Amino acid sequence: MKRVKWNWVAIGVALLIYPWVFSGAFYENIGVLVLLSAIAASAWNIVGGYAGQVSVGHAMFFGAGAYMPLLLYKLWGLPVLAGIPAGIIASLVIAVVIGIPTFRLQGHYFSMATIAVAELIRIVVSNWALLGAAIGLMGPAVPRGWWDFVFRSELPYYYLFLAVFSLLMFVTYWMERSRFGYYLRAIRGGERAASSLGVKVWLYKLYALLLSAGFTALAGSLYALKTGFVDPESAFGILISVQMVITAGLGGAGRIFGPLLGAVILVPLQVATNTWLGGAGTGITYIIYGGIIVLLARFEPGGLLELWQRSIAPRLRRREFKRAHAA
Amino acid sequence: MIFIQVIVGGLLLGAAYALFSSGLTLIWGMMNFINFAHGEFVMLGMYVAFLVVTYLAGGPAAFGLAAAVALFVLGAVIYVAVIRHVMRGPMLAQILSTFGLALFLRYSAFWIFSADFRTLPTTSLSGTIDVGGILISIPQLVAGAVAAALTIGMHLMLTRTKIGSQLLAVAEDRNAAMLMGIRPDRMQALAWGLSAASAGIAGALMATSYPFSPGVGETFVLTAFVVVTLGGFGSVPGAMLAGLIVGLIQALSAYYLGPIYKDVVVYALFVALLWLRPQGLLGTTV
Repeated sequence: MKRVKWNWVAIGVALLIYPWVFSGAFYENIGVLVLLSAIAASAWNIVGGYAGQVSVGHAMFFGAGAYMPLLLYKLWGLPVLAGIPAGIIASLVIAVVIGIPTFRLQGHYFSMATIAVAELIRIVVSNWALLGAAIGLMGPAVPRGWWDFVFRSELPYYYLFLAVFSLLMFVTYWMERSRFGYYLRAIRGGERAASSLGVKVWLYKLYALLLSAGFTALAGSLYALKTGFVDPESAFGILISVQMVITAGLGGAGRIFGPLLGAVILVPLQVATNTWLGGAGTGITYIIYGGIIVLLARFEPGGLLELWQRSIAPRLRRREFKRAHAA
Repeated sequence: MIFIQVIVGGLLLGAAYALFSSGLTLIWGMMNFINFAHGEFVMLGMYVAFLVVTYLAGGPAAFGLAAAVALFVLGAVIYVAVIRHVMRGPMLAQILSTFGLALFLRYSAFWIFSADFRTLPTTSLSGTIDVGGILISIPQLVAGAVAAALTIGMHLMLTRTKIGSQLLAVAEDRNAAMLMGIRPDRMQALAWGLSAASAGIAGALMATSYPFSPGVGETFVLTAFVVVTLGGFGSVPGAMLAGLIVGLIQALSAYYLGPIYKDVVVYALFVALLWLRPQGLLGTTV
């Protein structure tokens, strides 16, 4: 008999019934934001966590995914859903331009290139009239039909995002257990050792980046679909990249449910600081984020899931073991 | 005439780029570690200068020195508190440590100083001189000259003094250096202090002629990446040359294409470099 993965079942059920337990637009919106953040961070996790290639400019893929559908809407009135593939293709092109040169080099060039290219794209987009320059682009304000996917209620978005998140989890799960996933972990463990075992290091890093970029673009498209509006800061800003890095890193980079855990902690924290502190809250949120990132790097680079596995889970198991044997 | 003026302005700014980039390249070459918070060190140097001029009515020598000392201490403390513990850890921890630090410093500065652009109040260093029809502002001239002198001084210190040899010995082989009686942690703390101080002074020097806000650090760190990559991994003379080139490119592209594009051109140059010549001008291997 195949063993049932109870943690998967529990997480799945919790996500499915969440909007029925916490009903009302406010909590449903938090749920949508958690899922969006978890999708983007899980996408980052493929290259940043599993392959160990730390991107600090993933906003460029997110932004490409957010802008392309709204651009096609602006030009030809295409529904946002139909423009999603264009956003994914744009992000794959950017990924190739960055990935091929930097993955042939060792060291930190990839991280440096990602932040530089993300900033380059942000400046260009902020000054390009076709893309709305500093103002950004709008989606359809009034739905022309169901295919425009403009709803008052949060629920359709919640379940759409949940479907995408589930797809991403299954892709990640498949990747973890495939030859590809083992190659990535070998690369993270030591590039020279991996290449001496015959792994084409740069090629697999590039594959990981492409997969990651495509899903990040999809997250960007979902964001554009949900808000119906994008501007350079909310799509290409450096804080978008930061959000993905910290969400995955806090939960546990290179672990399948790390990003979800990070999102469940950070999104409500951000909503709370913004609600309590008003406009000043945004700045304070990022001071806290910066502090969390430094502490994480210094004390617990494996994230909360590793902390759990190392120090709390063994204690629980020991107690269970004792109880079973005392009887 | 205006063309020569643009070139002179670019080279003077480039000298300041060379100074803070040589700080970044020192850490990179010595420890194979990229400091994403280096631009924030430049930004803090600007605000130290601002505070010293505003509240203590200090002159250029005073705020330059204050920025150097304050950032030296900050750099050494950051090394001891954080970097020492992450530098042999996973790549994720290395990058996140300074990236998080950059965010923390940037948004703390936004919180304390607000997002407004500031300029230093006029000091004894102001006015312009006319060299054969080319107008050069005195603060820019002094900043460029001091930055160039300090960069050359840093190179001489690394290559000609005992302490420089000790720093390079730790860079070459940490354990062998330890066996020779050099304390690697002390040397690396010193390197972080020097690196941050170079950024701080460069910031204080640039603050005399350019307006600044807490957000400027990001531009400077990316500029430093380009300069260091162009100059070649860990090479101070390379950073010097590349700093001047980048300053020149920025000045020319701002003049011919418009000020918005000065950074775009430089970042595009970075991508082109990675494709065509990742070892830089004076570098040998990657």
